[in-house]
Amino acid sequence: MTATAVAPRLHDLHRRRLVVLTALLAALGVAVVLSITIGAKAVPLHDAWRALTDPTGTENDIVIRSLRLPRTALGVLAGLALGVAGALMQGHTRNPLADPGLLGVTQGAAFAMVSSIILLGAQSVFAYIWFGLAGALLASVGVFALGMVGGRGGPTPVTLALAGTAVSAFLYALTSAIVLLDEQAMDVFRFWQAGSIAARGSDVVWQVLPFIAAGLVLAMANTPGLNALSLGEDVARGLGQNIALTRAVGVTAVTLLTGASVAACGALAFVGLLVPHLTRPLSGTDHRWLVPYSGLAGAALLLLADVIGRVVAHPGELEVGVVLALVGAPFFVALVRRRKPVRL
Amino acid sequence: MTAFPLRVAGLSWQVRLRGTVVTLGGLLLLGLLMALNMRLGDIEMSLGEVVRATFDPADAGHFVVMELRLPRALTGALVGGALALSGAIIQSIARNPLASPEILGVTTGASVAVVAGVVLSGSAYGGASGLFSAVGIPVLALLGGMVGAVTVYALAWRRGLDGYRLVLVGIGVAAVFTNVKYWLLTVGDVNDTGRAMVWISGSLNGRGWEHVGPVALALAVLVPLTLLGTRSLAALRFGDDTVTALGVRMNPARALMILAAVLLAAVATASAGPIAFVALAAPQIALRLARCPQPPLLSSAVVGAVLTAGADLIARTAFSPLELPVGIVTAVLGAPYLIHLIWRARK
Repeated sequence: MTATAVAPRLHDLHRRRLVVLTALLAALGVAVVLSITIGAKAVPLHDAWRALTDPTGTENDIVIRSLRLPRTALGVLAGLALGVAGALMQGHTRNPLADPGLLGVTQGAAFAMVSSIILLGAQSVFAYIWFGLAGALLASVGVFALGMVGGRGGPTPVTLALAGTAVSAFLYALTSAIVLLDEQAMDVFRFWQAGSIAARGSDVVWQVLPFIAAGLVLAMANTPGLNALSLGEDVARGLGQNIALTRAVGVTAVTLLTGASVAACGALAFVGLLVPHLTRPLSGTDHRWLVPYSGLAGAALLLLADVIGRVVAHPGELEVGVVLALVGAPFFVALVRRRKPVRL
Repeated sequence: MTAFPLRVAGLSWQVRLRGTVVTLGGLLLLGLLMALNMRLGDIEMSLGEVVRATFDPADAGHFVVMELRLPRALTGALVGGALALSGAIIQSIARNPLASPEILGVTTGASVAVVAGVVLSGSAYGGASGLFSAVGIPVLALLGGMVGAVTVYALAWRRGLDGYRLVLVGIGVAAVFTNVKYWLLTVGDVNDTGRAMVWISGSLNGRGWEHVGPVALALAVLVPLTLLGTRSLAALRFGDDTVTALGVRMNPARALMILAAVLLAAVATASAGPIAFVALAAPQIALRLARCPQPPLLSSAVVGAVLTAGADLIARTAFSPLELPVGIVTAVLGAPYLIHLIWRARK
């Protein structure tokens, strides 16, 4: 294999990656347009455009600006966040069964939320989000601390995954006990569990934006280190990687992204479990590409599922989490069957 | 000398000393928990009273021990053992400590069927009779579990059964079932949701002899069979090519072990609901106690039985007259213990 033979291949690879990236961006663009124009009230494209650029207070303008726009923005943010968090989580634990909630983030958020209902009588989406975020952060820090104890160089993939699963199960048990004893908590919890991006309002979008933005920056910064870690911890150490730091940055990114998403939209974390498996065949094992691919694919999928949920159950709606599973999973299974899976 | 060979009729096993100690110690602990389960409850009895009540049909406590406490405690121990054994097999085949019967579609399929039955029949206000809950739910669970398992099996089969592909297909199918279950929980009346939630958590409330039989039979048939397959599971730690070179016929062995895991999980779930954490944690606890590279089947089953019997003792008596679903207590007890074992191994 001479250098001249390698060069054109690398060139091809870069070109293919840009093509995939463009295709994913285009898919996301289409999903955004659909999400803004389709719903209980169909809005023609030029009316939608006018509502965004030059609103005059017509009914369409109000629907789009106060309902559809925040909903679409939240869908993009949560989809990006969960796709990216899923790719990171599977990379750090080297486990195809890892979802972004693995570190106890999802169950931490749920537990904090139902606790706030029974202890403080919390009743607003606003309160749930802040309690959910706090619970997610606490659970994740706890799991990471457990994984760190006594070991050198940060938690091993298996330790991280198992400790996270155990903490999640513990918190889920407490949450179940609470909702079984309190009907109001049960009523909030069952809808949270199904996951939704509807009726959240723009203030919610602004609340989660800083967390998700910070998480995305950390996640991208984490990808070169994660590539080194995928070669095995010894090799990574030999390459001069600070393993504990790389793990800590990854866990922080996953926590911010997943915590903000599940606090705002409910238990949608399994999106982050499926999406990296869909994008891995496109990106190979290079996390510098897998992570952004997964983010874009996650956002496009989440929005499309949300639109489908508005159409099939018209004039009502089907929760986005349910549609995502019904649409995403068959697609995912077909992909798994068609080719030899890319192993982690 | 920590291991010695056991040879029976031309077959041989490595018997590990630590694993044997864990199994025997677990059985002792299980006996103790069963005795406590007989003694404690609304009517507290001494051990002597329990023995008398057991053998004398005219004794006042006979009904309490023989018709309420004993079948319930036995169901708990057997279900826990079956789920843990199922989990141990799956974790070995998938080579993944996070794998559990969930990815086989059994428990999730059963959950969807039962939640649909409870929610759509609107039984909170007496819509369905006691017959539905006694016969309907186990039958629904069994059917749903089988449909789920066949779906996963069929979709994962492609010129053989690759462990990794099984896991991925299992994830996809579980995502569909789980989210349909979440949706069903939102459409019904909140009282029905509560009843469905109790079953989903795993509950031994009101379990009698009719629940003991199926699980006991499944274990009696499948435990010896799975122990025969231990060797092929041990070989599975290596790559598929190595396994074939070692002389284990890959696909039949794997398919049979998965079938055993499916049946164990399905019968257990039909009896007591999907006690999720036992299947995942018991094998991991057992392998850390026995210090072996993959979940030891027999020790896992014993650990699962101990965890469930102990959890039900607490679920029954701690908050009397309120009763918690046993599945909640297994996680509250088991999770800290598993974390402690992980933590100890790190030091």
